[in-house]
Amino acid sequence: MTSAPADSSTGRLRGRPLSLRLSLWARFDGWGALVLPLLVVLVLVFGLPLAVMLSRSLTDPSFGLQNYSDVFANSVYLRVLGNTFLIATIVTAVTLALAYPYAYLMTLVGPVWRMIMMGLVLVPFWTSILVRSFALVLFLRDTGAFNSALQSLGVIDEPIPLIRTLPGVVFGMVQVALPFAVLPIFATMQGIDRRLLQAAESLGDRPAGAFWRVFVPLSVPGVAAAVLLTFVQALGYYITPALLGGPKNTMIGELIVQQVSTVLRFGFAAALATLLLVTTLLLLVVAGRFVDLQKHLMRQS
Amino acid sequence: MTKILTRAGLAILAALIGVYLILPVLIVVPMSFSDSSFLTFPPGELSLRWFRNLVEDPVWIGSALASLKVALLSAVSSVVLGVLASLALVRGRMPFRNTIIAILLAPLIVPYVIIGLASYIVFLQLGLTQTTLGFVLVHTCLAVPYVVINVVAGLVSVDRRVEMAAMSLGAGPVTTFFQVTLPLILPSVLSGGLFAFFISWDEVVTAIFLSGPELTTLPVQMWSGIRVQIDPTVAAISTIVMLVIFGSFIVLGLTRLIRQLAHRRSATNSSATNTGA
Repeated sequence: MTSAPADSSTGRLRGRPLSLRLSLWARFDGWGALVLPLLVVLVLVFGLPLAVMLSRSLTDPSFGLQNYSDVFANSVYLRVLGNTFLIATIVTAVTLALAYPYAYLMTLVGPVWRMIMMGLVLVPFWTSILVRSFALVLFLRDTGAFNSALQSLGVIDEPIPLIRTLPGVVFGMVQVALPFAVLPIFATMQGIDRRLLQAAESLGDRPAGAFWRVFVPLSVPGVAAAVLLTFVQALGYYITPALLGGPKNTMIGELIVQQVSTVLRFGFAAALATLLLVTTLLLLVVAGRFVDLQKHLMRQS
Repeated sequence: MTKILTRAGLAILAALIGVYLILPVLIVVPMSFSDSSFLTFPPGELSLRWFRNLVEDPVWIGSALASLKVALLSAVSSVVLGVLASLALVRGRMPFRNTIIAILLAPLIVPYVIIGLASYIVFLQLGLTQTTLGFVLVHTCLAVPYVVINVVAGLVSVDRRVEMAAMSLGAGPVTTFFQVTLPLILPSVLSGGLFAFFISWDEVVTAIFLSGPELTTLPVQMWSGIRVQIDPTVAAISTIVMLVIFGSFIVLGLTRLIRQLAHRRSATNSSATNTGA
């Protein structure tokens, strides 16, 4: 079991710089080689199509950067890009503003309440995004629960337009994003030694001062991971903005689907998707220098 | 005094957030039992007509069966591939380890719209759109990171000495895996499989790209039932989908609890033997 598979496969590795390949294969031991089936599937089913998409963006309808210059030449598409970043930023800010106090309270309450609060976070985590967005449509629309409740209470006469507006999209997307933000923040907060706060207070700081000067800085790693995950995911949302947003709030995901399904501009859609992919990866690589994302991803489930 | 006020404020805020988090459940479940064709709120007359509609409509049944098939196959394939990869990650030596881990986790990061478009472009050429195989391939990629994360966590806590004991008694590596290791990591394998099943069962974005008249999964059927004009049957199917998921996770939670209890008992046993020795 511990013998390297390279020994047995030597016969098959004819030609080519044999020694180089051998040394590469030799670095897989018997256990390590078990990763290969999955790796092959991921490269073929996940990686290869991304590469094909990239090449399609450069060759369809003709070779060149035409598709990319189209994105930046047309004010309609530029507005979609701007919307995407604007909405993702607002969603991230609102999500953080709600997730932080929620996670903080989770660290203060007893085990039973903590379990209930965790349960409330996990319910949407495991309810499909489609069902959630659909429910929020029912909640927000003119004849929906929110408006009928306010109307029957006599607070408003006419329904407040919420669906197909920016606040409506934000309301829906924050609902989707909250669990992803609460979990890493809570995990980091739980690891903070509360005696540090007592120490700060015993040295004469007020409780609020101790909170802002000691606790908040120590919770930054979790916050950074939450912000990064929320923002990156918000950039690529499709279902929620498509159901809750109006024509003025179109995001890049919707534009991609539109371009494929209604006008069949595959090359252009591929260029948009490539832009989104590159942005996502750049954000992760740059931010990944400061945030241990792998740890938070591994912890997510 | 300020401390009490802050805590009270926090508690009220958290309660509001809690309601916000489960709002969809609070909305959809009552509405699915409404008699009205317009899903008005409050639901008004109660009835099961949308559930009946669901059972009697072959379109819904057909897409539910298609989804079930895709989700089961995706769960099985991602469990097989994921368990092998987890063994490699925990025990093996491999070149470019960090790159490989990044590739394994990449489907968690790349927006589903992009995965959907990319696989649609390639699958159109290969004739794999609207096929079970096409769906299973894509959904396996989306689900496999969850299996790996779960199983790696389970494998790390396995005591290798138990396996060595089995091997020194003459069991081969494969026998050792199936007789000793697999039973030890079974709970994490099962929860990984359950995750995988639901990732596929719920998945709508890539499915919108891959679906068509030949094969439409349940989420895509629901999507078209919301998109064009709101079909109240979607509320009924949403309720059922949520019940299935929560039911499974309650079962999963119970098995975890049992495992923890068993673990605690074995821990006390082994500490007892230690003191005895």
